[in-house]
Amino acid sequence: MSKKVLLSSKEIQIILHRLACQLLENHSDFKDTVLIGLQPRGTFLAKRLTDLLTQEYGVKEINLGSLDITFYRDDFRRGDKTLEASKTHIDFLVEDKKVVFIDDVLYTGRSIRSALTAVQSFGRPAEIELLTLIDRRFSRHLPIQPNYRGRQVDAINGEKVQVLWDENEGQDIVYLINE
Amino acid sequence: MSELSVKHLLGIKYLNKNDINLIFETADHFKEVINRSIKKVPSLRDVTIANVFFENSTRTKLSFELAEKRLSADVINFSASQSSVKKGETLIDTVNNILSMKVDMVVMRHPNPGAGVFLSKHVNASIINAGDGAHEHPTQALLDSYSIREKLGEVAGKNVVIVGDILHSRVALSNILALKLQGANVKVCGPKTLIPKHIESLGVTVETDLRKALNWCDVANMLRVQNERMDISYFPTTREYTQQFGVNKTLLESLDKEIVIMHPGPINRGVEITSDVADSNQSIILDQVENGVAVRMAVIYLLASKIK
Repeated sequence: MSKKVLLSSKEIQIILHRLACQLLENHSDFKDTVLIGLQPRGTFLAKRLTDLLTQEYGVKEINLGSLDITFYRDDFRRGDKTLEASKTHIDFLVEDKKVVFIDDVLYTGRSIRSALTAVQSFGRPAEIELLTLIDRRFSRHLPIQPNYRGRQVDAINGEKVQVLWDENEGQDIVYLINE
Repeated sequence: MSELSVKHLLGIKYLNKNDINLIFETADHFKEVINRSIKKVPSLRDVTIANVFFENSTRTKLSFELAEKRLSADVINFSASQSSVKKGETLIDTVNNILSMKVDMVVMRHPNPGAGVFLSKHVNASIINAGDGAHEHPTQALLDSYSIREKLGEVAGKNVVIVGDILHSRVALSNILALKLQGANVKVCGPKTLIPKHIESLGVTVETDLRKALNWCDVANMLRVQNERMDISYFPTTREYTQQFGVNKTLLESLDKEIVIMHPGPINRGVEITSDVADSNQSIILDQVENGVAVRMAVIYLLASKIK
């Protein structure tokens, strides 16, 4: 097994600032925008961006939620393991709002498809955008592309992208792991 | 810990502590789902479930059906009173006929103890026991414990008294097993004639004085007197039963502390429990019903994910 650093802590910092600015450019005061981190790993990125936008870029208030897609997945009963759920926390309606899904890695696109179904339980959004830190090119099963991407990666099958966060794993770093 | 140790839910007897924790954690997620404006998830859209009821039921049947529908399963209902069972068909034949219509899971209530276990050995589907005679009613016990956990934070260490007709009650047996498994202290209270011999071997204590039992407990689970299962008289009159084992407001207010009142339904108002108690703030009877759907969704979801 070989492990290569894709993004260092410093590079992640720079990318987070860029993504925050890009969001700011399209959503200005975030009055009609809600950010939704996808469970389990997208919530860290969503929280980081929210903190950055409110603390460094003067946005007053951002609606932040987390969405669990377990019960909407298309691979129920297809794996060996029972799919374990995480918590959904959305205490607002997404009706007529601009929704931004936030996830750490975009791979096959199936999680995003599930999220598109799941979010309908909370209303009919005006539009939905997608932000991912890592976009794995050439590995999509569905016609889904991000609106905001941190870094595009050409990873082959068998390789794995692992995103670690300071608040959870003790450091910000992204690895490309070859098993 | 992410999957159940069993393929069927035949009784609490076959579960371990991890299974119960997993069911409760999953039920937490489903409770959030059923409180949304759109209460449905598509998980089980390719699963078909048969509700096979050989005995009457309102709450359990509705609760199971709702749980199945909220998981997007296809549901067929069968009650013995309108079926070929009356024409002499055997249990295995009836269920195998249903299964040949490509059914993945069977929820069954049956008047005979062990019917679920028997069926699980002879048919190829996941079986959920929705009550088998005076034996077990596992989902009721799970939702009762879930409701205690929700109200009091945890089940372990709590004092629970089960009052009433213990002898004919499947709710009592499943509850005792579930509560003991989670580390609660359990007492049963009722007329001596309605308490099975050797019940102490399950690790419970017996009390015949209701006031003493209520003063000891954090939670009182009131059971109905099951007249339909009684072929002889177990106590002189209903009035005498109520005087000795019925809970009323005056009795509750004279206790040292405020206790939680539960009832699995159907309630005989004015017999085991008065209306003002059933409708009071201390009662979590309607929470039990709400939690029933979430807990049954969890059980069905976890068992369905093991169907291959």
